[in-house]
Amino acid sequence: MTHLPRRSVLAGLAAGSALALSPARFAMAQSAAPIKLGFQLHRTGIGASYGRWYERTAQAALTRVNAAGGINGRPVEIVFEDDGTDPKRGAEVVDKLVSQHGCDLIFGPLFSHVVIGSAPRAGELKVPYLVCSEGYHVASGMLNRWTLQPGITDVRAQVSSMAPWVTSTLGKKVTMVFPDYAFGHDHRDFFTAAVEAQGGQIVAKIAVPPTETSFTRYFPQIPADTDVLYHVMVGPAVLTFVKELGEFYGSGARPQIFGFIDSLEAVDLAGPGLEFLEGTHFWEGHCRVKQADAPAWEGEYRAAVGVDDNGASVSDAKDVATYAHMFSVWETLSVIKQGMEVAGYQSTADRQKFVEAVEAMTGFDAGLDHVQGTKTFNGKTHQVFGQQFISKVEGGKLIRVHATAIEDGLYPDAVDYTTQSF
Amino acid sequence: MGTGPLLLLATLEGTVMAAVLALAAVGLSLTFGVMRVVNVAHGEFYMMGAVLAWAVAQAVPSAPLGFVAALLIAPPLVAALAWVTDTTLLKRLNYDPESTIVATIGLSYLLQQGALSFFGPDARPVAAPFSLRLQFPWFGYSGYKLFVVLAALLVLGAVWLFLRRSKAGLVMRATQVDRNTARAFGINVDRVYAGTFALGAGLAALAAVLVVPISQAHYLMGHDPLLLSFIVVIIGGLGSLRGTLIAALIIGLADGILSMLYPPTLAKIVATLVVALVLVFRPQGLFGAPAR
Repeated sequence: MTHLPRRSVLAGLAAGSALALSPARFAMAQSAAPIKLGFQLHRTGIGASYGRWYERTAQAALTRVNAAGGINGRPVEIVFEDDGTDPKRGAEVVDKLVSQHGCDLIFGPLFSHVVIGSAPRAGELKVPYLVCSEGYHVASGMLNRWTLQPGITDVRAQVSSMAPWVTSTLGKKVTMVFPDYAFGHDHRDFFTAAVEAQGGQIVAKIAVPPTETSFTRYFPQIPADTDVLYHVMVGPAVLTFVKELGEFYGSGARPQIFGFIDSLEAVDLAGPGLEFLEGTHFWEGHCRVKQADAPAWEGEYRAAVGVDDNGASVSDAKDVATYAHMFSVWETLSVIKQGMEVAGYQSTADRQKFVEAVEAMTGFDAGLDHVQGTKTFNGKTHQVFGQQFISKVEGGKLIRVHATAIEDGLYPDAVDYTTQSF
Repeated sequence: MGTGPLLLLATLEGTVMAAVLALAAVGLSLTFGVMRVVNVAHGEFYMMGAVLAWAVAQAVPSAPLGFVAALLIAPPLVAALAWVTDTTLLKRLNYDPESTIVATIGLSYLLQQGALSFFGPDARPVAAPFSLRLQFPWFGYSGYKLFVVLAALLVLGAVWLFLRRSKAGLVMRATQVDRNTARAFGINVDRVYAGTFALGAGLAALAAVLVVPISQAHYLMGHDPLLLSFIVVIIGGLGSLRGTLIAALIIGLADGILSMLYPPTLAKIVATLVVALVLVFRPQGLFGAPAR
């Protein structure tokens, strides 16, 4: 056996390292390598029905972006990581997407407790974190400069813009049923304030743990003099919630019912036990049933994400979409593309430039990039504002009866993230 | 809502909960009483019953038939799975108390993640066999929930008859009293153990099939029944059928009424407090035999 001289081994090692570290080789690979976007996905746990559709929407949006030449001439790929809809795992997923997969940025989470649990880690790692969570925690200043919400209106703006319609059309004495965590607390606080501003009154606030599976026990707390029952529920038991609500009122007298479609996302309205919903109203971020006056791009978007005119999967009519929320994933990817192109994004070294580019945006025009509608973006609070819709169940279908104006939901800035350091 | 109607609704809800709890807990009580095995995977057998009920109901076109088919097919399937678990896992550990606890913890993860992989993360409804609704002057109530109470009573009655009147029941009771003497009398203790474990899991699955039209099948649904079953079994006395029934009634009704009048978390606190008190003042449970 011949002996390899130590000197040549060392020389080889040095040459190898030099090659590996040489900037020219790095830059070349960089320009051709795909842009990697991390997606923090609620594939399992209480957010699973959202996760299923968010993944499909993200895939559809990705296909569209790549078909149009990718971002800055580079192909784009999305790395999906399941967070189990769990805040602790959420922070770990942020870590994994950045450190292990080398993602350029992270987007996609919906559940507010996951967002609040993960955003600090994204801030520490200095990675852009674009959330689709509706929570007021972005605009409230609670999070950090790396966290943005350019795809969906926050709860504060949603409920403030709709409260006047609810109090003037349905009634002034409102009982609220909401999930007992950050997202539900946003509903409780801001809807209460908005209703009181209209001269209305919240007569009872009923908080339900988001993991609850039995709801009848909560309904006797609804005062008899309630004009409007306001409900918003999340988690795997939403169908049980509305069914038991129907059983509770039965054929007897009941208040007007105004619900957030969250209570019925991914649930078929025509299912048994839900007949009582006929004539009740729902908030929708994006109308599940294709409306008669739907804009031209609506059909193209539905085809891309695989949703039929009733809001169910084209391959399985029982697989109802989380249609009122999932547009936020599609629109967030549009913002990512626009932001990276404006920033001339090349590598992870440009993450800060990307955040600054998004902060400089002021609004988005309705179209195939922003399918839900025209929006105003506030770079200081990192929050987007769009129209909200109120639909009525007629013949088992959600028909839009009211659309708010963007201005209805605006509120004074609580934070200026642009003055914070990166 | 006035106090009268409120109490009526609370009692109805509590009774339904007690019925389901009794069915779920009686299986746990049997496996502990006869085999001295603390089955941590009991909640997952319950979950398997619900998930299989959904799968069976999917395959049958009409709603009432789907439910009946689920009722006939899902519990025996879960029982068979438990039988296999007993002969391949617990028997090999010689039913050593510590080892079986660890083994059933592992099994519970396997079942839960297996359900996640093959059944998916979504909650799935099974249509109730009928949609009768009782309309009281103050509120409506699901007739199916009352059917669950009736069905649970029938099943528990059948279990009692089986244990008291059948030869197999006699053999099980003999094994419970003294395993070695039973073996000396020619009883095949291995088969008794496998049968008991299967029966316990089957009863949990049956409870789940009854519950699924009320609360849907979901891969994480095993947690609560497991915890509450343990509470019921500890209060009632391990291995005592009568104790299990009475404890299920106490816990079910207390939960129903307390959670109607106060935050539901308080009901859980009270249940856990009762367990602690029972453990301090009557460690063998209300109806359990003192340890020899």
